[in-house]
Amino acid sequence: MAWETVIGLEIHAQLKTRSKIFSAASTAFGAEPNTQASAVDLGLPGVLPVVNKDVVRMAVKFAIATGAAIGKRSVFARKNYFYPDLPKGYQISQMDYPIVGVGSITVTLPDGTDKTVGLTRAHLEEDAGKSVHDMFEGATGIDLNRAGTPLLEIVSEPDMRSATEAVAYARHVHSLVRYIDICDGNMQEGSFRCDANVSIREMGSTELGTRTEIKNVNSFRFLERAIDFEVERQIDILEDGGRIVQETRLYDADKDETRSMRSKEEANDYRYFPDPDLPPLVIDDAFIEAVAKTMPELPAKRRSRFIDELGLTPIDAQALCADKQTANYFEAVLAGQSFAPKLASNWVLGEVFGRMNKEDVALADLPVDAAELGTLIQRVDDGTLSGKLGKQVFDALWSGEHDVDAIIDARGLKQISDTGAIEAMVDEVIAANSSQLAEYRAGKEKLLSFFVGAVMKASKGKANPAQLNQMLKEKLKG
Amino acid sequence: MHDKTLAQQSQMLKSSQTSSVELVNHYLERIERLNPDINAYVSVNADEARVAAADADKTRAAGNAGALTGIPIAHKDIFCTKGITTTCGSRILQNFKAPYDATVVTRLADAGVVSLGKANMDEFAMGSSNENSYYGPVSNPWQRDRVPGGSSGGSAALVAARLAAAATGTDTGGSIRQPAAFCGITGIKPTYGRVSRYGMIAFASSLDQGGPMAQTAEDCALLLQAMSGHDVRDSTSSTLDVPDFSASLDRDLKGLRVGVPTEYFADGLDDGVAVAVQAALAELEKAGAILKEISLPNQQHCIPAYYVIAPAEASSNLSRFDGVRFGYRCENPQDLEDLYTRTRGEGFGDEVKRRILIGAYALSAGYYDAYYKKAQQVRQLVSNDFTEAFKEVDVIAGPTTPTVAFKSGEKTDPISMYLNDLFTVSANLSGLPGLSAPCGFSDGLPVGLQLVAPVFEEARLLNIAHRYQQITDWHAQSPAGTD
Repeated sequence: MAWETVIGLEIHAQLKTRSKIFSAASTAFGAEPNTQASAVDLGLPGVLPVVNKDVVRMAVKFAIATGAAIGKRSVFARKNYFYPDLPKGYQISQMDYPIVGVGSITVTLPDGTDKTVGLTRAHLEEDAGKSVHDMFEGATGIDLNRAGTPLLEIVSEPDMRSATEAVAYARHVHSLVRYIDICDGNMQEGSFRCDANVSIREMGSTELGTRTEIKNVNSFRFLERAIDFEVERQIDILEDGGRIVQETRLYDADKDETRSMRSKEEANDYRYFPDPDLPPLVIDDAFIEAVAKTMPELPAKRRSRFIDELGLTPIDAQALCADKQTANYFEAVLAGQSFAPKLASNWVLGEVFGRMNKEDVALADLPVDAAELGTLIQRVDDGTLSGKLGKQVFDALWSGEHDVDAIIDARGLKQISDTGAIEAMVDEVIAANSSQLAEYRAGKEKLLSFFVGAVMKASKGKANPAQLNQMLKEKLKG
Repeated sequence: MHDKTLAQQSQMLKSSQTSSVELVNHYLERIERLNPDINAYVSVNADEARVAAADADKTRAAGNAGALTGIPIAHKDIFCTKGITTTCGSRILQNFKAPYDATVVTRLADAGVVSLGKANMDEFAMGSSNENSYYGPVSNPWQRDRVPGGSSGGSAALVAARLAAAATGTDTGGSIRQPAAFCGITGIKPTYGRVSRYGMIAFASSLDQGGPMAQTAEDCALLLQAMSGHDVRDSTSSTLDVPDFSASLDRDLKGLRVGVPTEYFADGLDDGVAVAVQAALAELEKAGAILKEISLPNQQHCIPAYYVIAPAEASSNLSRFDGVRFGYRCENPQDLEDLYTRTRGEGFGDEVKRRILIGAYALSAGYYDAYYKKAQQVRQLVSNDFTEAFKEVDVIAGPTTPTVAFKSGEKTDPISMYLNDLFTVSANLSGLPGLSAPCGFSDGLPVGLQLVAPVFEEARLLNIAHRYQQITDWHAQSPAGTD
C-alpha cells in the first residue's frame, strides 16, 4: 500500500528580549541556578505579571514578516498543571485569541521548487524552569532562571508531506526569526525548539490519520531522522493491522528512535481560562506601523533581488540568503566593485564556505574581511591575478594577512600579461623542445598542454593563460 | 484617646495634644489586654511599631507631616509585609515572610502610617464569619458569641474594639462591607482597579479589591487617598487620576437620586435590618435626597455566578502553594504526588479545599461552557443592570447584609453561609465601588447601610456616608467591655 506522510510543526522560538515576558529579571543563558528569578518568576504570593512590551513588538515583527494576521486584541490564558518547575502551577499562554493569526510561509525546497505551508497561529507564552536530575543524590533540583523566558509558539498547518519538507520549513522559520532579530536560533541552548506532529494516511485519502507528537529534537538533522523513524514505525504498525495511539513521543538521538512519553489518556486537562491578572493585549495601528518601520529586508525579497537584479541562480541566491549575516557578507564583498556578482557568489559559496566548513569557523569569526575579498576578486577579474594565484592570496588572507595588493606585490604574484615577455618564454620553450614540436606538427595536438605547462613553469605560474594559449597555438603552427 | 476617630487623632497629632509614640503605646497596651479575647490580631509587631512611631514624630517635628503621619493601623494578613510573617489565615503560609511589601503597605507607610500588626481573616479570604482561620475564630466585640463577619473579620473587629484607628481589608464578594456591617464600622470597597493588588495575596483576581475600614467615612477618605492610584506592577490598576476624596465630603445631598432596589427588600431580609435601613433612607431623604425605587432583575443570579467565578480563579491562584518553594511542606514526602497531596491536604482548610474543587470542576474540559462561561455571561447581565439603573439614579442604597451578625458555629451549611453575600457580590461582579456604614442596631447588634456608585465614584459614596454620619451617631458607638 502507498502511504502519505502528513506533518505539522510547532516551533518554540525564544524571543531575544533582555528581560522576561512578565518580569524584569534577565533572560541571559547559563547563569548560576536561581540567580535570575525574581519574585514574579518564583510565583511568590501576591505578585502580578506585567507584559514586556518588547515581547509584543517581536511578535508583531513576526506577523509582519509572514504577512500573517495580527491579533489586535489578544488574550493571555492560564494553562493549569502541577509540576515543580512551573512555579505558579499554571503557565501564562494564549489560547482562543493569539497575537498572530492565520498566514502562510513559502519555503524553497532543496530541489529549488517552492512549497507553501499554512501558518495556523503564533502565540506568546512563558517558558517553565528546569528540573535538574543529576545535581543532587536522590533528589531533583529546580532551576527557575528560565521560568518566564518569552516564547513565541509558531504553529503550522499539517501541510508538509515529508521529513525533507518539514526540515526545509523549519530551516526557513529559523532563518526568518534570526533575520528579523527576534530569536538567536540557538538550538543547543533550546532557543529554537521544534515539535513535530506526524501521521500517515493512505495515498489519496483526505482524512487525517491519528498523529503522534515528537518532542526533544534539538537539531535539523535529528528532526529529519526522528520524522523518518516515526513514519516507518507508523507504517509498520498499520501494515501489521495495528492502530496508532495518539501520544507524545520523545526522540532519542543516541538510539535514533522515538519512544512513548505519555498517551492522550494520561494527558492533563489544562483548564484554560483567561488570565484575570492581564487585561486583553490591545495593539493599535500606530504600534504596528512603528514596528513595520524597523523591519529589515526579508529573506524572500532579498533572494528575489539577488536573482532578478544580480543575476544569481535561484540555488545560489537561496544559499546566500539562508541567514542574514551571510547575505550581508556577500553584499559587502560586492560593495564598490565592478565584477559580476556571480563571481562573488562563486567565491563566497565555494572558497569561503569550503574553508569555513573544513576548519569549522563561524561567519562571525571569519578572518577574511569582505572588502578585502572584494578587492581580491577584482584583481582576478581585471587579470592582475590568475584564478589559481587568487587562491594563494585568499590563503594569505585566511591566515591573517591583510591588503591584497601588498600581498600580490610582496610575493610577486602579478600575472604576466606583457605580450613581449610571454613571447620570449614561448620561443625559448619551443626552441628547447624540438622533437615535441615535430610531433605536434605531425598531428599530435594533445601536446599543446605540454607546451602550456612548460611555459607556465618558466613563468612561475604567472603567465596570463589566455594570452599564452593563443600565442602558443600560433607559434606551434609554424 | 482610642474613641477618637482617625481624623480626630490626626488633628491631635497636628496640635501636639498627643504623639505617635503615645498613640502606639496606648493601642499596644489595649491589644495586649483585649486581643486575647477577641483574637483580631494574628501578629503584633510592637518593636517595629514603636520605631515607626518615633520616626513619625520626628517627621512631624521636622514639619513634614501629612494627615496620616503617625496614625496606627493594622493590615489584614493578606497584604505581604517585608520581613514580617504573612499567613493569609492559612497553615500553608504559617512561616511565610515575603521579601517585599504590598503596594498598599508601601503607600500607607509612605504616607506615614504606623503598622501595629496583622489582622486575622478567613483563610485566603474565603468566608463570611472569620471561622475559617487556621489561627482561630475572631469574636464580634459587640457580642462575643457572635461572628465578626468575614473575610476581613479581624480588621473589622479590631476597629470596633478600638484596637487601632483603622485597618486595611480586602473585598472579593463583600469581605470589607459585610464585616464592617457586622461590627458597626465604616468600610469601602473601591472600584476594581482603584487600588493596586500587587502583594495582596490573590483569592479571585478579577474580583479582589483592597480598601480601608475605619470608624467613619472621613477616616476612610484619608486612607483611601493614600492607597489609591496606578501601580506599574499591577496591569489591572487604573491609570485614572485619583480625586481628592476629603475635599468633597461635605457636598450637599440635595437632589441626590438614591435608587432603592426592590429586590433588596424581598423575603429573607431580617425585620430589624429592614427597619434600620428604612430609617437611614428616611434620614437621607430628610437631607435632601430623592428616593427612587429601582429594579436589579438579575440580582438573584449573583450568588451562583459568583460561586463559580471566584472559586474558578481561586483554584488556579492557589496552585502555587505546592510546598516546593515557600510555605508549608509536609514531612518526608515519598514522591512528587505525595508532596503535593499531603502538603496541600494538610496545609489548606476545608473551605479552601471545597472552593478549589468547585473551581477546578467549573473549568474542566466539558464543563467550562456550562459553568465558567455561563457565569461570565451572567456577570455581564448583572453589570448591565447597574448600567441601566445608573441612568436614573446617582447611587444605590440598601442593606449590606440580610441579617445582623449570627452566632459562631451557627451556620454549618456552606450555602447558607454563602447567602450572606447576597447584597454585596454584585458590586464585585460589576467592579463597582461599595461602602457600608453603620445605620442602627437590631437586637443589640449593628446594622449596615450599603451604598453602591458607578465606577470610580468613591468620592460620591464617601460624601453621602459622611453627611449621614454628620446627622447620626451610629458610627460613634462602641461595644461595651472595650474600655
